[in-house]
This record gives sequence, structure tokens and C-alpha cells, in this order.
Amino acid sequence: MKRFFIIPAILCIVLAGCATLDKLTEAGTGIAAATGVITTDEAKSINRSVSAVGKVFESITPEQEYYIGRTVAATILSRNKPFDNRAMTTYLNTVGQYLSLYSDRPETFGGYHFLIMDSDDINAFAAPGGFIMVSRGMLKCCKSEEALAGVLAHEIGHVELNHGLQAIDKSRLTAAATILGTEAAKNLGGKDLADLTKAFENSISDITATVMNSGYARKFEFQADKAAVIILNRAGYNPNGLVSMLKQMERNLKPGGLDFAKTHPAPQDRIAELTKLIGSAPSAAPERQERFTDSMKGL
Amino acid sequence: MFTKKLACIIGGLGLAATVTLAASTSIMSIQVRKAEIRETPSYLGKIVTTMAYGDKVTVQSGNGAWMQVLSAGQSGWVHSSALTKKNIVMKSGAGAQTTASSGEMALAGKGFNSDVEAQFKNNHKDVDFSWVDKMEKIKIPISDIREFAKDGKLAAGGGVK
Repeated sequence: MKRFFIIPAILCIVLAGCATLDKLTEAGTGIAAATGVITTDEAKSINRSVSAVGKVFESITPEQEYYIGRTVAATILSRNKPFDNRAMTTYLNTVGQYLSLYSDRPETFGGYHFLIMDSDDINAFAAPGGFIMVSRGMLKCCKSEEALAGVLAHEIGHVELNHGLQAIDKSRLTAAATILGTEAAKNLGGKDLADLTKAFENSISDITATVMNSGYARKFEFQADKAAVIILNRAGYNPNGLVSMLKQMERNLKPGGLDFAKTHPAPQDRIAELTKLIGSAPSAAPERQERFTDSMKGL
Repeated sequence: MFTKKLACIIGGLGLAATVTLAASTSIMSIQVRKAEIRETPSYLGKIVTTMAYGDKVTVQSGNGAWMQVLSAGQSGWVHSSALTKKNIVMKSGAGAQTTASSGEMALAGKGFNSDVEAQFKNNHKDVDFSWVDKMEKIKIPISDIREFAKDGKLAAGGGVK
């Protein structure tokens, strides 16, 4: 009888979201086993299942996030041809990597990198770990460096807040944890590697389907805008650059399009939320306009 | 009797949490491929040394997002996002691999890794990684970023809180 109380009690404590989930569970089950409330085997079993439940996206190390991000980016870039313009790409990376230093997460496993996609659609994608891709159509919504910084800071916000990783269905990671749990002591091979690859493939599909087709939940988009405002302020850019970009986007978006028209909240909704945060002020910065215009030649 | 045991477990959990936190604050591991340790808590600071994934540092103090760390007799500052309390164990020795499932330990290269990526590539010949490889090589030197910030009358330093 007692064990029916103890087991849920441990699970409840652990599922409450503590940072030291595994350690606490092991301690709790250890004590319960030592006092004879549950058997050692039951304690081990609870540890295994809690570990699988607790270690959802938080259990993904930056190294694993990097491999997920690479494959998500490769998938996106296989469907969206890159725009091969060295000067523009260097400028984009200078602005983007500068901004990343002001995020709450300037260090990712492999760093932040930016690329242009050769499409008139209005799109921008942030793959986990810091692989950020922006379309020519999106860049055409930017009439100043502030506006461009707004777009890039928003995408950095998605990376910082792990929005991509949160799109992964928890069952994929539970499956991966199970394989790794049983095979921790030896190198994976054959079926285990195939099963782990399946969990990986499913994780990639979850992320690409979200960012390319359905879009994130509205609250994630507003969170990324909020993170962008913080980054822009710290970096010395007027965050109203993001508002000016959204106003231009509103003019450029084609109703019924499969790009931002489909995957993001309407620009006016984002502007309304942003205005609550930052008020409205002109974002012109003449000292940066020349280099912006020069770099964007050939767009 | 039951209440006593439950109290014992909850008390034990609290104690375990305290002990875990106290024991894990001083030594941390680098959780990114490469981390630069700087003279001052800023990306403008001169680089004292560069550390690799899995390297250990002793934390001396924290200043918001920046941590002052000591490694191999050298002291400097690193952004906290490059650090983890987990003991990152590089892939060597069966013993390390056996114990690496503990929450306080992470085995480098475990899980989604280059082997899984290779398998994925094998299964998905239509997915082209060449542009991601190119993209990853784009790294603007910090000196250029400083110059860019100065020319554009922007802030400089980064990693502020």
C-alpha cells in the first residue's frame, strides 16, 4: 500500500521541473529502497522512467543541438537555394554575429552563422544552435541596418529561447534516451544506431515542419520579438528598426502566400505588441545607412 | 509510520539538493567547441587563453553573465553560456562511458552525433550539407566586429547583463 503513495510522490516532485531531476530522483528512490518502502529493482525502474521523462529537450546538450541544427539547416537549404553573394553574406554575418554577443546566449556549440536564401518569398529560419537563414524577400523588407538588425535579433531570439528544440515531439527524445540508456556502456552499432537515427530523423521533421509549414505558436513569435528588443537595445540599435521592417513587410506580403503570411502572426499584431514595449520613435541612423546601402547592392 | 518515511524521503531530497548544488558550483566544464577566456568580462577583453570542449575550469567568481575562472594557473573571464555544471567526459575509457548516464555527467559525442549525421546522410541523399559546411566557416574576426561597431557608433563589448 505504502509504495502506491511513495512512487507518485517521487514522480510529482521530480516532474515539478527541478534542475537536478535525476540526482533528486536517485536520492529519493535510494532512501525509499533503503527503508524498504520499495525494492532496489523498483528504485532502478523509477530512476530509468523519470530520467526518460525528465530529460526531454533540456537533456539535449549544445553538442547534440549543433548536430540537430546542422541537419535542419541542410534540409532547409536543400529546399531553398542559397544566394551566393560574398559581400552581402559577410555584411549579414557581421551584423548577426555582432548582435549575438548581446544575446543571453552568445555561446553556442558551433557559433552563430547567417546565410541568404535566393527567394522572393518573405522567410527567415533559425535552426537550433545558431544556423540562421534569411530570404532575399525578407531582406527587401529592410530599408536600414536597424531593420536588418531587427530581423536577425528576432531569429537569434528563437535560438536563445530553444524554440526549435521545443518543436520536437517528446516521444523522439524518450526513444533516444531509452536506446542510449541501454547502450551507454558500448559503442552503438547496427539496430541501435538505426533506431537512434530514426529518432533523429523524426526530430528533424518535427522542427522543419514547424518552421517551414505551420510556424511557431504566436507566443513564441512574441517572445522572440521581446528578446530582439533586449538584444537591439544592448547592442545600441534603435529597436524601432524592427517595427519599420514589419511595416514594410505588411506592404510586401502577398495575401495567401506560403511564407511569413502563413507562418507568422500578422505584422500589425507584432507591431502592436512591440509598441507596448518600446513606444514609437524614428529609427533613422545616417551613420550606418551608407554601409547598409553599399552592402545590399545586388539584392 | 508512513508519514515518517515520507518526511524522511522529502528531507533526504532537500539535503541531496543542497549537497549537489554545493558540490557542483566550483568546477565547471566548457560545453562549446571552443571558448575564449578573456582578461576582462567583455568580448572586447584581450584573450588570455582558448579552451576546448570538455575542458574543466574552477569558478572563482561571477559577474552576472560572465564568470571568472581559473585553469592551468591562468585566470580570466568567460561567458556563462559556454559553461555547464555537468562533468563533460570525453570519449575515452569504458568506465567513463558506463557512468556517463548520470545527470551530473555528460559523455561527449553521445546521442545525436557525427555517426548519426552520417547515417542520416546515407538515408537522405537528397539533403545537401555542402552549404551548411560553407556557412559554418563564416566567422567574422572579433577585431572586424569591434571596428564595425566603432564605425557605426554602436555599443561594443557584448555579453552584457
